[in-house]
Amino acid sequence: MPTPFEYAPAPESRAVVTIASSYGLFIDGEFTDGTGGSLKSINPATEEVLSEIAIASDADVDRAVKAARRAYTRVWSKTSGAERAKYLFRIARLVQERSRELAVLETLDNGKPIKESRDVDIPLVAAHFFYYAGWADKLEHAGFGSNPRPLGVAAQVIPWNFPLLMLAWKIAPALATGNTVVLKPAETTPLTALLFADICRQAELPPGVVNIITGAGDTGRALVEHPDVNKVAFTGSTEVGKAIARSVAGTDKRLTLELGGKAANIVFDDAPVDQTVEGIVAGIFFNQGHVCCAGSRLLVQESIADELVGRLKNRLGTLRLGDPMDKNTDIGAINSLEQLERIRHLAGVGDDEGAERWTADCELPAKGYWFAPTVFTGVTQAHRIAREEIFGPVLSVLTFRTPSEAIEKANNSPYGLSAGIWTDKGSRILKMASSMRAGVVWANTFNRFDPASPFGGYKESGYGREGGRHGLAAYLHVD
Amino acid sequence: MASRLEVRKTYKLYIGGAFPRSESGRTYEVTDLKGRFLANAALASRKDARDAVVAARKAQPGWAGATAYNRGQVLYRVAEVMEGRRAQFVDEVSRAEGHPSRRAESVVEAAIDRWVWYAGWADKIAQTLGGTNPVAGPYFNFSIPEPTGVVAVVAPQESSLLGLVSVLAPVIVSGNTAVVLASELRPLAAISLSEVLATSDLPGGVINLLTGHVAEVTPWLAAHMDVNAIDLAGVDDRALRTQLEIAAADNVKRVRRPDTDDWTADPGLARIRSFLETKTVWHPIGV
Repeated sequence: MPTPFEYAPAPESRAVVTIASSYGLFIDGEFTDGTGGSLKSINPATEEVLSEIAIASDADVDRAVKAARRAYTRVWSKTSGAERAKYLFRIARLVQERSRELAVLETLDNGKPIKESRDVDIPLVAAHFFYYAGWADKLEHAGFGSNPRPLGVAAQVIPWNFPLLMLAWKIAPALATGNTVVLKPAETTPLTALLFADICRQAELPPGVVNIITGAGDTGRALVEHPDVNKVAFTGSTEVGKAIARSVAGTDKRLTLELGGKAANIVFDDAPVDQTVEGIVAGIFFNQGHVCCAGSRLLVQESIADELVGRLKNRLGTLRLGDPMDKNTDIGAINSLEQLERIRHLAGVGDDEGAERWTADCELPAKGYWFAPTVFTGVTQAHRIAREEIFGPVLSVLTFRTPSEAIEKANNSPYGLSAGIWTDKGSRILKMASSMRAGVVWANTFNRFDPASPFGGYKESGYGREGGRHGLAAYLHVD
Repeated sequence: MASRLEVRKTYKLYIGGAFPRSESGRTYEVTDLKGRFLANAALASRKDARDAVVAARKAQPGWAGATAYNRGQVLYRVAEVMEGRRAQFVDEVSRAEGHPSRRAESVVEAAIDRWVWYAGWADKIAQTLGGTNPVAGPYFNFSIPEPTGVVAVVAPQESSLLGLVSVLAPVIVSGNTAVVLASELRPLAAISLSEVLATSDLPGGVINLLTGHVAEVTPWLAAHMDVNAIDLAGVDDRALRTQLEIAAADNVKRVRRPDTDDWTADPGLARIRSFLETKTVWHPIGV
């Protein structure tokens, strides 16, 4: 049926960014060749090769760690907090100045809609650097005793879902507290991290304070296992997080982990329906559901389940899936073929286990990796789609009758990263919020982020916090 | 007149508020530093460790749900009751650790005072470690510390009372419950402490005390999927420490590594902080 109003294409220009045909490793303030071969970074919306990326070998990793150690010993540990702050303020400003370029590059490399990279990711990156800049010369007031001291060299490994934002979450607090870093971006999304290296150049950050090395799992493993790193910070899957925890066992390396989630988004019968539907959409379809804190388990009070799910499906019918560079696009591309296959597999398991699949009626582009917004109803706690992190635009709907049943079901997970609560009743919000075994609780909202707001999980969602005053502790010796 | 023959005490485990023997029926001989017999302590088994975890899990919601004021009073009560049994603890510490009685007295006094110090923290942790966060948008946003859950504690080996109290009090003050393995060779003061705990209004199961071999019991605690965190303070063997950390990764346990032997120093907040989670809550303003 033709709709009365068609959207005209509204593509963002990619002319704002120049992508080199190949990139080396950013070590000690300059780009150098890697010796571990190369990999290709592609645009998941078109399958076009964007650039060829060096893979850091064990020797390259060693070179990067040595550069970071040298910079720590000779320069950064002797740089005053006030001076470190000014470097970070500079970086924040440079990110703001180059924000469109970064947003376009992020969308090309990651597949997320330009409106998200432009309005969420990159502004938060700048805000994060600005926030931690201010802490650099105030650490003795941060509540960690009178003599908080940096750890040394931090090894940081980040995922592909928010590439530059995760870089900011890692680098900003590490530098503010006086550490130097070697950071490895995900192998499918290295480009904004490599552009960030150019921002470090413009900021005249001393060589070796920030080192960016690219590669896949082997490079990451070599980095976290390097004997001369003092700190490992990892964001990614729970499986890899556990492997890292085992690999640092018996060492003096400090570790923080931000891992997977399977958040419950709990809707009571008195919730404001339209607001809730928007929140559910933001909870699971933001960033194609590639969000560790996504509200992937919808727990609806039984009395309103049919109505709510009906309204949700109507709303999902209006979402626009397609070219991530189009400013009207709501749902972009799945980041990689591998991830697409994982989503397809788990959705298939949902079918096999007897849940009822509904898929938004939208046309998928011929090229690229796509998965239409999908809702499973009739899901039980035993279903794998209610227990395992899908990391895609797939929502599992379960029901409950009483608040205590909702609490029981919400907490029935080895994960504990986030939770959502929708109700008009204040005392119930506070009761539910205090009962959730989860690090972030969104009440009558979902998927909000801010540099001042600590983020991180309970249980198998990891340990340590990023953001806020709490985020400093991950990079300090404290009393 | 013939000197009176003393009435000896049977030293048992402390699990869920009761004093069972080891289900294994085993004991081991505890001696003073010169090798003279002091007592037979229960030799805890895997089953005892698991029973202790079950008791700790059962007690955890109630203890975390008690008001901070209440938890503070209970910890203070522990100090009060300990004070009344000062002489006994001095005797036990002196014999176990080989201190002259003057030194043992100061150790026991420090242990009692440590409970008092931590008692005062109970209702200050949230204000000190939590707060509101000024996010850039119309949201009320606050962070609060919450207990991690069930914490396994390997008590220090040398300092059998002060070390024990120094690792135990910061775990429970915030609402965690604990399964603690006492100093292997010097467990008697720990068992006497459990008798204090049992008469200090501390709900059963909040602290569960095992005595036995570090190498036998700790691997089960480190690998237990219903233990949220582990304090390795009393693990002196480097290889065992590594093995325990590896096992702890299976459910992403929070691990506190051994870091000090000086239990007389100002404790600071580090140990309390090690066994806390931070929960951050958002709510829109004006919608």
